[in-house]
Amino acid sequence: MIRFEHVTFRYSEETQPVLRDLNLEIPSGELALLLGATGSGKTTFLRAINGLVPHFTGGHLTGTVSVNGRSTQVNQPRELADLVGFVAQDPASGFVSDLVEDELAYSMECLGIDPPVMRRRVEEILDLLGLTELRARPLHTLSGGQQQRVAIGSVLTAQPEVLVLDEPTSALDPGAAEEVLAALHRLVHDLGITVVLAEHRLERVMQYCDSILLLEDGSIRSGLPSELMQTSSIAPPVIHLGRLAGWDPLPISIRDARRAAPPLRALLAHHSPTIHAVPGHSPRIAEIRNVHCSFGKKIVLRGVDLDLDAGEITALMGRNGAGKSTLLRTLVGLKSQVKGVIHINGVDHRTIPARDLLRFVGFVPQEPQDLFEALSVAAECKSSDTDAGCAPGTTRALLALMAPDVSDSTHPRDLSEGQQMLLALCLIVAAKPPLLLLDEPTRGLDYPTKKKLGEVLRGLAQSGHSVLLATHDVELVAELATRVVIMGDGEIVANGPTQSVITDSPMFAPQVSKVLAPDRWITVEQIAHALNQELA
Amino acid sequence: MSPRWLHPGGWWLWSLCLAAAASLTTNPLLLTLLICAAVIVVAARKPNAPWGKSFEFFLFLGAMIVTIRVLFQLVFGAGLGTTVLFDLPGVSFPDWMSGLQLGGSVTREALLGAFYDGLRLATIAIVIGAANSLASPTRLLKAVPTALYELGVSIVVALTFIPQLITDAGRIREMRKLRGRNTKGLRGFASLGIPVLAGALDRSIILAESMDSRGYGRHQKESAVGRRVSIGLVLASLSLALVGTYSLLTAGMNTNLALLILGVGLLLGGVTLWRAGRTRIRTVYRPDTWAIPEWLVSAAGVSGLGIFFIARATADQTVVLTPELNSWPVLPLWGLCAFVIACTPAITSPRPPDFDTNADLELISEVRT
Repeated sequence: MIRFEHVTFRYSEETQPVLRDLNLEIPSGELALLLGATGSGKTTFLRAINGLVPHFTGGHLTGTVSVNGRSTQVNQPRELADLVGFVAQDPASGFVSDLVEDELAYSMECLGIDPPVMRRRVEEILDLLGLTELRARPLHTLSGGQQQRVAIGSVLTAQPEVLVLDEPTSALDPGAAEEVLAALHRLVHDLGITVVLAEHRLERVMQYCDSILLLEDGSIRSGLPSELMQTSSIAPPVIHLGRLAGWDPLPISIRDARRAAPPLRALLAHHSPTIHAVPGHSPRIAEIRNVHCSFGKKIVLRGVDLDLDAGEITALMGRNGAGKSTLLRTLVGLKSQVKGVIHINGVDHRTIPARDLLRFVGFVPQEPQDLFEALSVAAECKSSDTDAGCAPGTTRALLALMAPDVSDSTHPRDLSEGQQMLLALCLIVAAKPPLLLLDEPTRGLDYPTKKKLGEVLRGLAQSGHSVLLATHDVELVAELATRVVIMGDGEIVANGPTQSVITDSPMFAPQVSKVLAPDRWITVEQIAHALNQELA
Repeated sequence: MSPRWLHPGGWWLWSLCLAAAASLTTNPLLLTLLICAAVIVVAARKPNAPWGKSFEFFLFLGAMIVTIRVLFQLVFGAGLGTTVLFDLPGVSFPDWMSGLQLGGSVTREALLGAFYDGLRLATIAIVIGAANSLASPTRLLKAVPTALYELGVSIVVALTFIPQLITDAGRIREMRKLRGRNTKGLRGFASLGIPVLAGALDRSIILAESMDSRGYGRHQKESAVGRRVSIGLVLASLSLALVGTYSLLTAGMNTNLALLILGVGLLLGGVTLWRAGRTRIRTVYRPDTWAIPEWLVSAAGVSGLGIFFIARATADQTVVLTPELNSWPVLPLWGLCAFVIACTPAITSPRPPDFDTNADLELISEVRT
């Protein structure tokens, strides 16, 4: 269906090729998963399928990419619109119209399909993706998962044979991600569509895919998941667990792993998981008492009580819309509470003047680039020193510690996503706020970058900060958090040590815990540690 | 009336008529009435959607226009009128620099004249802004002839930029606060420039890619002969229209002949558009209907404009439309009538569909629109 023949692509003559002499074929009806580190060219590969690369990006492409025999050399992306549906990373910025129904019909309008047929197909897609309730809603009032489904639906109405998706679930909570992936699974099974998707959160998609394309240094290795995963450095926890335990064949899904697990269980029976210890009697950083918050008539926080201590990394979880972001925004004073008090370091946070705020609480937003204003990393760090009122060079030194490979002259927007996150973190941490808040810090980050961020955060916590992060990433929580707070409908539903909270709930359980339940193991690291003891 | 979207053509016709009416007068009282009409209708029928929020921006833009126009008058004050209000330190340039003057005495007439002029432009901006916030620009596109569709899209993308920029600026201002910055005042405002523009540029590229990969701009291949005919038609119609307009405006030419040439040119232009429309393959999903409310709304605009035209044709009303700068402007009865008529869409148009505002406000803030 999709064929790459001797494809080499570079953005300009001087730079290294992003794709290097690729030869591969993705057969019809397959769900192929594209893997690669951040910046390895995944997006470039996906965009080459419908000709956005090179028609939109410029650059130099040799060789041929063809879909169902039609080459992107002679066809513009618009000429392939009836064949390839392309869903970009951030669906909201690709929306052309205002309402769900109009958006679904847009591709068909462009292709000149008869109005009665359009009407029928829109109804079919509304049903297929469960969007019927939302048909008349403006797109901007939809949640992330709903927007993602509309974006998929809007290319499906043109009845393409290939669907290309760039990180379809990275912004979604586990529930919404399941929803989108289930919809995709259904499309592959019912309509025989060929799907190519890139995703960092392998733990979510690995079980659905038929084949894997592993993109490293511009070349691709393709094969069955169980083969490629034997050696791949990018792998979800269940694969690492399988390799550690020496299971053969390597299980890809939780279900397979559970069936292979009994010997491991027996081995682990006499051990208990090691836990990142929090120093006892550490000073209280923040006290949140009976906080209520509302948007107009809608109450989004109802009586939240929470204490945050130094040295803790607290994960705030819950579905989209549960009040996580509102709680963070209230803590940092972007939103004011209707009722209740928040004390940070013993001071009522409403009495802190704006320019001192950073010395009490720091907030790293979901889009780190919103924080940037200068034209180079060096200038950004300099202005941060002034903001934070610390000695010149403090921020730069901090950045050098966290991300040694960032150069001074780079434009902050040109940094990779992971580097942007670390830079934003430096800008905030320079002022040493005792309370550090992060909103979805691992969105779009690959496993190594996530690991790096985890180390940095752990270091910060050990040096006396209290870290509160809102996240959907259960694996990150399992590795990093000392405490988990689950919110639902504006209230705190659960609050306790990571180990017990996340193993109690199937929705928030990490893969390791799903495999070894009811035993309370949550990370591969813990098991490796226990097995080492066993051998010793 | 059950809530539904009014045909965007209705809103735009209404607002363009009011804008045309505003261009006919400098009477501040009449202009203020036109602004009031726009404010009343927007307040009554503004949808709870992103494009509905842009009206405040246009009000702000209007205020800026008036301020800048008056400031320019103060700086480049030409000595119109005799009633000197106060003196500013001024420089007169010699005649070979066309007698340019900076500063100098400020007269009441000059100041009032600048204010009236600025207010007229501001009214036009605000009235157009009303249509922009009442009707979604993308729905207007559905009604645009196929041949002009692509031109329409570029205009719409430009229009949807404004609400987007406002949202972005708000978000980035919040982020500045997080860095302990002063976000108030001119400096705070100016520092938003680069990040807001960079974001807007990124987004427009993503939008263009998304539109292209969904088939925007596809058309059938034309035969070589057909293409030559098209080019010929375009050239012929353009040159005829040009010659026609030129001879119409130049004294001493035969007016009837000029009109004939212009007419033929426009006709050929119409044929060109129709032919171009045929090679486009676009269809429209559930087009908006044009029913009684649409007639009523556009009638309100057209008759408001009509009243202004009648007044202009009436000899003793010209002074009302462009009042003397040394006397208080008059508010005529017909002006009030036009105002009332221009306000009727606040009642005659259907309410826009209401969305469950309760449902997802938190989501909206979380998901980032």
